[in-house]
Amino acid sequence: MIVKRNALTWFERLYLPAIIGGLKVTTRHFLNTLTTKTPVTQQYPEEPTRVLPGYRGAPYLVRDQDGATKCVSCQLCEFVCPPKAIRITPPGPTGKPADRTNAEKMPEEFEINMLRCIFCGLCQEVCPEEAIFLKSDFSLTGLARSEMIYDKDKLLALGGTHPGIQKWKHKLDEAKEQETFPVKV
Amino acid sequence: MAWLDSLSPQTQFVFFTLLKIGCVLGLLLTLVAYAVLAERKVSALIQDRVGPNRVNLPLIGSIPFLGQFLTKLGFWHPLVDGVKSFIKEDFTPGHVRKIYFWLAPAISLVPAFLVIAVIPFGSTLGAQKMVIADLNVGILYTFGIVSLGVYGVVLAGYAANSKFPFLGGIRASAQMISYEIAMGMSVIPVFLVVGHLNLGKIIEHQAQNGWNVLPIFGGGFSAQTLLLVPCGLVSFVIFFISALAETNRLPFDMAESESELVSGYHTEYSSMKFGMFFIGEYANMFAGAAMMTTLFFGGWTLPFFGLDVAPVAGEWWKGLLHIGIFMGKMLGFMFTFMWIRWMLPRFRYDQLMDLGWRRMIPLALANIILTAGVLALTNR
Amino acid sequence: MALPDILFYLFAFLTLLFGVLVVANPFSRNPVTSAMFLVLTICAMAGLFVLLNAFFLAAVQILVYAGAVMVLFLFVIMLLDLKEEQRRKINLFGIVTGTGAVLGLGFLLTRTIWGGDLEQAANPRVIGDTKALGLELFTKGQFLLPFEIVSVLLLVAMVGVILLSKKELK
Repeated sequence: MIVKRNALTWFERLYLPAIIGGLKVTTRHFLNTLTTKTPVTQQYPEEPTRVLPGYRGAPYLVRDQDGATKCVSCQLCEFVCPPKAIRITPPGPTGKPADRTNAEKMPEEFEINMLRCIFCGLCQEVCPEEAIFLKSDFSLTGLARSEMIYDKDKLLALGGTHPGIQKWKHKLDEAKEQETFPVKV
Repeated sequence: MAWLDSLSPQTQFVFFTLLKIGCVLGLLLTLVAYAVLAERKVSALIQDRVGPNRVNLPLIGSIPFLGQFLTKLGFWHPLVDGVKSFIKEDFTPGHVRKIYFWLAPAISLVPAFLVIAVIPFGSTLGAQKMVIADLNVGILYTFGIVSLGVYGVVLAGYAANSKFPFLGGIRASAQMISYEIAMGMSVIPVFLVVGHLNLGKIIEHQAQNGWNVLPIFGGGFSAQTLLLVPCGLVSFVIFFISALAETNRLPFDMAESESELVSGYHTEYSSMKFGMFFIGEYANMFAGAAMMTTLFFGGWTLPFFGLDVAPVAGEWWKGLLHIGIFMGKMLGFMFTFMWIRWMLPRFRYDQLMDLGWRRMIPLALANIILTAGVLALTNR
Repeated sequence: MALPDILFYLFAFLTLLFGVLVVANPFSRNPVTSAMFLVLTICAMAGLFVLLNAFFLAAVQILVYAGAVMVLFLFVIMLLDLKEEQRRKINLFGIVTGTGAVLGLGFLLTRTIWGGDLEQAANPRVIGDTKALGLELFTKGQFLLPFEIVSVLLLVAMVGVILLSKKELK
């Protein structure tokens, strides 16, 4: 399609009105920022950054609502991790039993090397137990490389709680909803 | 002070000249450093953000109100920038032409300071005139030195021995020599009206007959003054635009357009050499602002309060006030330079050259002929 | 020795030195080096003009010659990417004619300088400020016609260059 460009009027061709308009805009911004409006700059270390939901920060392990580890050491995250940042030691036949009553096993040792992690979120996508989540930490520092390999206790401490899949509670809620839907005549 | 009078006049002259040079250089270098900070702050305020506000010196930062206020103002940033310039690694790439690589920043820096030598930055202080070199061909000297500043850019581009800096250097220097012509020609009406090339005498003329940009103050209305108003205005506008183009500022900064040509002719430079280019650019801006103040806006005079004559023997505070007035006008022009940067989009290179050769030069020539005609017809 | 004498010897020495270095510099065989030495020669010559009280001429020399003409020379040299000069073979005919030409020119110059009035040449009698120069060129003196003819000559040269370098309009 052809875009019609109108020829400039002679007043516009002087370019002076455009320049004066530009002067007005810049002056207004200058005086506003100087006096009234707050600038858009975020003073970073003093003001913490607000991250939006869905932000892919550092991955941490979570506990469920009873304080038990949700991870069952299936090692799917270890195999899907692109830079191989996760290293899991499964319990084996002689390991400790799981924290939860309805889980088969839990990992004996779970290490994430934060220096290798690329924060892609594939481990969160692939986990069948909703046990690993990417939270909102984005700046991790340490004084040695060994300090940046987080083990299971640290990951669990940083992860917080996330309610487990409560199947029977959900079925009960659905059943209660069925009583009012469809609308009884 | 008696030992001063005991020296011979030549020695006194040398002593006072060296003193003036020292003070002016020191003040100019400090102003250049703070001009960088001012540019960052002004740019930030126009863009709805704050500028640099982080450097907190250990002792001074703990003074209750002043310390924090200075930190918020970013007052110590130029200090830190200077230290950074010195301690960064200063390497010479293997593929450059060594002599020109070393020479180019110096040639770029020196002309800016040389221009300040002829500008009267005050009237008198004691018995000393506040100008380092009161030349009778002051303005021609200025333009000669400005045209020598082109060599810095040309050699910088050539020395780097690589495509993008070379292109940037050639384009920048072609732009500079084009606008030099317009700049020189736009100032000729000022000399036609004043009759002297000496900058001190131009200021005296302006004190008596009104500022050259709008010569209706001071001398009173007459047919000649009214007819000269458009000449003065056009002169000033052309000079302003040419000064913007000479110092490679936006909207004419195609040569170092920071996102398009990497960094233009100073790509291959690091730490102090780059610092010298930077200082040279801002010192050139100061020189241009000082020239505009002197030629068009009356220099160190103000048309009221009796501030337009040199002070008599006892009033040394008036001399200081004159210096203050000059600095105020110069800083106003610097602010305008920084302001215009964020107002206009960048000119494309062929548009820039078209503006310089096909619009500015004929306009300046017409202005000269018009001024000469007005002066001849109203019998000067 | 008063300061003007010292300055004269200094500037004269610099002019001659840089002039020789334009053609015979030991640093590099790059044409750009020769051009830069020519710029320095012009600046030293401007110093000599100042010593002769011709301030306007000195300033205009730097403005026009060193500042514009030599920059354009440099552009041409850089953009044409001239290779460094090959050493030519020395032949007898060249040496004989070259030396003969230099000797002849030197004889003419020496004869002129020694035969003329040295004292008057070194002490200028005209306090030549800009106004006197302007009056001499444009009104009182006999230089108005040559001046205008020279400017027309420059115009002809420019027009000729533009015409020669224009592309064929199909």
